[in-house]
Amino acid sequence: MKPFSYEQAASPAAAAAAVASRPGAKFIAGGTNLLDLMKFQIETPTHLVDVRRLDLNRIEDTSDGGLRIGALVTNTELASHPRVKRDYGVVSRAIVAGATGQLRNKATTAGNLLQRNRCPYFYETDLPCNKRRPGSGCSAIGGVSRSLAVIGTSQHCIAQNPGDMAVALRVLDATVETVRPDGTTRAIPIGDFHLLPGESPEIEHPLVPGELVTAVSLPKPPGGTHHYHKVRDRASYAFAIVSVAAVLQKDGSGRVAFGSVAPRPWRIEAAEALLPRGPAAVVETAFAGARPTPENAFKIPLAERTLALVVAEGRA
Amino acid sequence: MKFATPAGENPIDRLTVVGQPLRRIDGARKVSGTAPYAYERHDAVTDPAYGWIVGATIARGRVKRIDVAAALRAPGVLAALTTLDFGAFKPGFRTTLHLFGGAEIRHYHQAIALVVAETFEQARAAAHLISAEYESASPRCDLAREASNAEPTADRDGPDYPVVDRIGDFEAAFAAAPVTLDERYTTPDHTHAMMEPHATTAAWQGDKLTIWTSAQVVSWHRDSLAAALGIAKENLRVEAPFIGGGFGAKLLMRADALLASLGARVTRRPVKLTLQRPLIANGGTRRAGTIQRIRLGATRDGRLTAIGHHSLNGNLEGAFAEAAIAPTRLMYGAPNRDLSMTLATLDLAEGNDMRAPGEAPGLMAFEIAMDELAEKLGIDPVELRIRNDTQVDPRSPRRRFSGRHLVECLQVGAERFGWSRRHPAPGSMRDGRWLIGMGMAAGFRLNLLVPSGARIRLERDGRLTVETDMTDIGTGTYTILAQTAAEMMGVPADRVTVRLGDSSFPQSAGSGGQFGANNATSGLYAACLTLRDAVSARLGLDPGTAEFAGGDVISGDRRVPLAQAAEGGALVGDDQITYGDLDKEFVQATFGSQFAEIAVDQFTGEMRVRRMLAVIDAGRVLNPLTARSQAIGAMTMGVGSALMEALAVDKRYGFFVNHDLGGYEVPVHADIPRQDVVFLDHPDPVSSPMKAKGIGEIGLCGVAAAIANAVYNATGIRVRDYPITLDKLLDKMPRAA
Amino acid sequence: MDETNAFEVNRRKLMAGSAALATLNLPSGVEAQALDEEAPRVVVTFTINGHLQRLQLDTRVTLLDALREHLHLTGTKKGCDHGHCGACTVLANGIRINACLSLAVMHDSDEITTIEGLGRPGALHPMQAAFIEYDAFQCGYCTPGQICSAVALVDEVKRGVPSHATGDLTAPMTLSNVELRERMSGNICRCGAYSNIADAVSKVAGEML
Repeated sequence: MKPFSYEQAASPAAAAAAVASRPGAKFIAGGTNLLDLMKFQIETPTHLVDVRRLDLNRIEDTSDGGLRIGALVTNTELASHPRVKRDYGVVSRAIVAGATGQLRNKATTAGNLLQRNRCPYFYETDLPCNKRRPGSGCSAIGGVSRSLAVIGTSQHCIAQNPGDMAVALRVLDATVETVRPDGTTRAIPIGDFHLLPGESPEIEHPLVPGELVTAVSLPKPPGGTHHYHKVRDRASYAFAIVSVAAVLQKDGSGRVAFGSVAPRPWRIEAAEALLPRGPAAVVETAFAGARPTPENAFKIPLAERTLALVVAEGRA
Repeated sequence: MKFATPAGENPIDRLTVVGQPLRRIDGARKVSGTAPYAYERHDAVTDPAYGWIVGATIARGRVKRIDVAAALRAPGVLAALTTLDFGAFKPGFRTTLHLFGGAEIRHYHQAIALVVAETFEQARAAAHLISAEYESASPRCDLAREASNAEPTADRDGPDYPVVDRIGDFEAAFAAAPVTLDERYTTPDHTHAMMEPHATTAAWQGDKLTIWTSAQVVSWHRDSLAAALGIAKENLRVEAPFIGGGFGAKLLMRADALLASLGARVTRRPVKLTLQRPLIANGGTRRAGTIQRIRLGATRDGRLTAIGHHSLNGNLEGAFAEAAIAPTRLMYGAPNRDLSMTLATLDLAEGNDMRAPGEAPGLMAFEIAMDELAEKLGIDPVELRIRNDTQVDPRSPRRRFSGRHLVECLQVGAERFGWSRRHPAPGSMRDGRWLIGMGMAAGFRLNLLVPSGARIRLERDGRLTVETDMTDIGTGTYTILAQTAAEMMGVPADRVTVRLGDSSFPQSAGSGGQFGANNATSGLYAACLTLRDAVSARLGLDPGTAEFAGGDVISGDRRVPLAQAAEGGALVGDDQITYGDLDKEFVQATFGSQFAEIAVDQFTGEMRVRRMLAVIDAGRVLNPLTARSQAIGAMTMGVGSALMEALAVDKRYGFFVNHDLGGYEVPVHADIPRQDVVFLDHPDPVSSPMKAKGIGEIGLCGVAAAIANAVYNATGIRVRDYPITLDKLLDKMPRAA
Repeated sequence: MDETNAFEVNRRKLMAGSAALATLNLPSGVEAQALDEEAPRVVVTFTINGHLQRLQLDTRVTLLDALREHLHLTGTKKGCDHGHCGACTVLANGIRINACLSLAVMHDSDEITTIEGLGRPGALHPMQAAFIEYDAFQCGYCTPGQICSAVALVDEVKRGVPSHATGDLTAPMTLSNVELRERMSGNICRCGAYSNIADAVSKVAGEML
């Protein structure tokens, strides 16, 4: 870990300005991902702006019947909130499927959305990785790739987004609210928040330097039954091999997103429209053009099976 | 004392303290966080400097240059040592590795440099400033691909067996057998993943060195480090009173002990360091993966006539094979046998001991084969094993087992588990969306006899102090030694203080190979006999008739408080146990049966173990509470072997990619169901005066196969390639609706 | 070649700057020259096990290392230092966290409880006592984290925090065996004491809930 200076931010706008004004500055909140990466010198901030004590830790009803979740609400607080449990069960389910009780107590809503990937080669600092050292190459291609993405990848990166909560937020059409260093705010649809690697795998989200996530807002509850099924080798404390987040309606329609299969939560609206025709049709469309490796090709049939399980649960 | 004839009745047989479920005497320290481990010796070492180890990032080749200039300039840095600054240090005991020194790189994350700094943060940061240039050769790390280069190899721990161990005429018998099986099985590389990383604090005083380290066998570490440093053993003190797990990883000296010692010497400061977690899988040792071919021939009524077992292994040049065929030598009778191993060269972390070496991966394969054979024969798997029990060494039929109750393990297990409720046709038991399967396997592990010494002192206040360099790696050794002393001296266990893990104490067997408990307590038994004689002499009692009970010494009509013997000064008994030829006259081994029930999600192939049972025959159980813990712990490790544990090799670079506790998955709480353990009560007078046998490893033997067989029973899919992960089931599982 | 001599001979070139000879009797605080990037230090004040502590720390020091190396509270263990094992679990303001993934400086004014603060030999916390009673540990290295986690999860159930094993999210929480094992899954025990841990925690949690 390289030396860094540290300050506590006084307000969201001041925090944004502080990070924007210093090259090498970064926000820290829960720190569960950032500190891990700093220990390996994968992240090397020279200055940390601690935003954790900002007033961004409330969950409030919005005027249109939705919910606004402060960026610093912890995973535990979000999963435990009565309205989330009642109206947005897929979020609670997704959160508690991830990490551990200890980590969820620290991890924040914004930090969780911004967690970096878990490709083993991203962590292998002596080997090439285009996310870590742009232009150096991708060691995962041709390497150990069982956990990695099968679709949405490029010849420069096949890392998957390992998140759980983000997959649930994707089926709920959440919006990410931010403040920029100049004090202006904007709202980014969750579907636009995680970028595909393309030619520049190191760019993972559309935030400008110093732009601070302040909240995530959810539209009014979608009704239906809420499902999050996470498949992994061990029963807990493991990233997904495949996960499915779904909100299913009585008429057989619904929304579906897949986790740990792509560089972002994978939701294809044209595919989920095929839900009444069954999981095979959905997966065929959602994964059209997939380019799995021999080690992770099983993720596609597994995605179909997991969706079938979720649909069966929804009918039950 | 030399133990050369089977034990008769002795004071241990009273079982007033031994054999009782005494709670751990070191428990309060462990649950309160006050038991000091190797990196935590603030009590002994003030103001240590901190070390950080840098590992090689090639698997095979040479280091050309290591640039430490920037590291030496970094804040707080006291020294930076590189492997090029030294000649190769001598390898330690049971290993071929030069842990440091010289330019040659033999595996990934081999230690190439050490940074010592005032603080942990400074050492870690400075280590990132070190760069190395290599001359790298293409690593050999694909066992299947290297098979053609493999050579026949002997068993390190079974030197008396021929390299190709043939009895009868295997080929003819196999060809003639009406029912045969010929299958290939693979087991992957495992890492021990003990919770405490290798760690050492080292301090020199003149030419004397003390290390506080995490060692399973103190004397092995002392001898290995003294030899590497070229110092006299007497000038090296090793202390390891608490060890955060080992499972074989800490049998051998690793780079932490050597580098802490070097760093402390160079900086003239005490130095502490760990072999950092991400370096352990590639920089430590592994349980080596195997490719095994098993051929079985049987009569239609289920008698094995031919057993063929070949295991292919890979290891560093000069290192040894994982003896996966070892249990096959003794497990079942069959007149015609062909057992052999071949060893290829691989440029991976050194394959070496991990819990139940040989037996664990051997039985992972062999006990699936038995399940497959049972199905072919249409015979219940429990019954097939019973029919092939042997009470003698198949190679030397005059050599009997000292005690072998495998059949009873199988029968009791079947009864307790409700085996009769199992439906033999795969896929016929269901619970909602879950396919249910039941599986079983037999277990076997040798009982090893190792000399072991101890000292016991009757203090002036009447308390007893036991001292031995024996270690407690979680095994409950503190407690069973206290029980042994208490039983022998006729006092309650709370009158006994046990001090372990110090090389200045009498040398013991140490902890490994499930030989710790039986041998260490036997060594203490011997020391207690000496003390009893000294007590009798001091009190003027006849040592031949004196009994020690209720805190008194009783002889004839005299009854004297034990404490009285030490009123004039402490009395000491110091002895060791050595063994005659009883382990040559008799096969000494432990046995078990393992039963498991699994649920397999018919949609996703996810697997969850629902319940487990082990029935174990391991001689006298010294403490049923701690013995049970050994068993459930081993069963838990077996769940890992069955369902998730595998080091994943990057064959281009020659390293294990999942070299941390995030990537290498071991079972968590949620993976483990209710576990039942039954110990059969068969004290074995041939094994030792304690009549106990090893217990730390038998609980692992057969577990993975029992689970594999349960998966087959649930799904009809036979996976012969561990671990059994869902991707290996999916393409054969019908789609659920 | 005599290796003992080898490291003696090379000693000077291995040492940092002119400190090489000074370290013969190196007092604490002496540092090498040419300080490239001296790390900033900050003052942290927090309450550890009921005692107010004030430390001046390198900003990089984690809560875990502040406890273990600066306060000599070594009951909190370092198993991986990367959030993969749970051995470093402590309570921060009553909430369980991984101390390895937390900067000490971010805990200014917090109340931290470690295993040493739960109980001591002779005055054990009921959870500690239950771990002994059920033999819920072996090597002992993960044990402090397991116990801190167990104490905290009882409170989480009371607060209605769901888990992956929870059926109906809106129903009152209970602590079934499956729930307990899921909620404890952030604490790895390679010795495999899980079944006994589950028994110990069940007993105490039953009394606390």
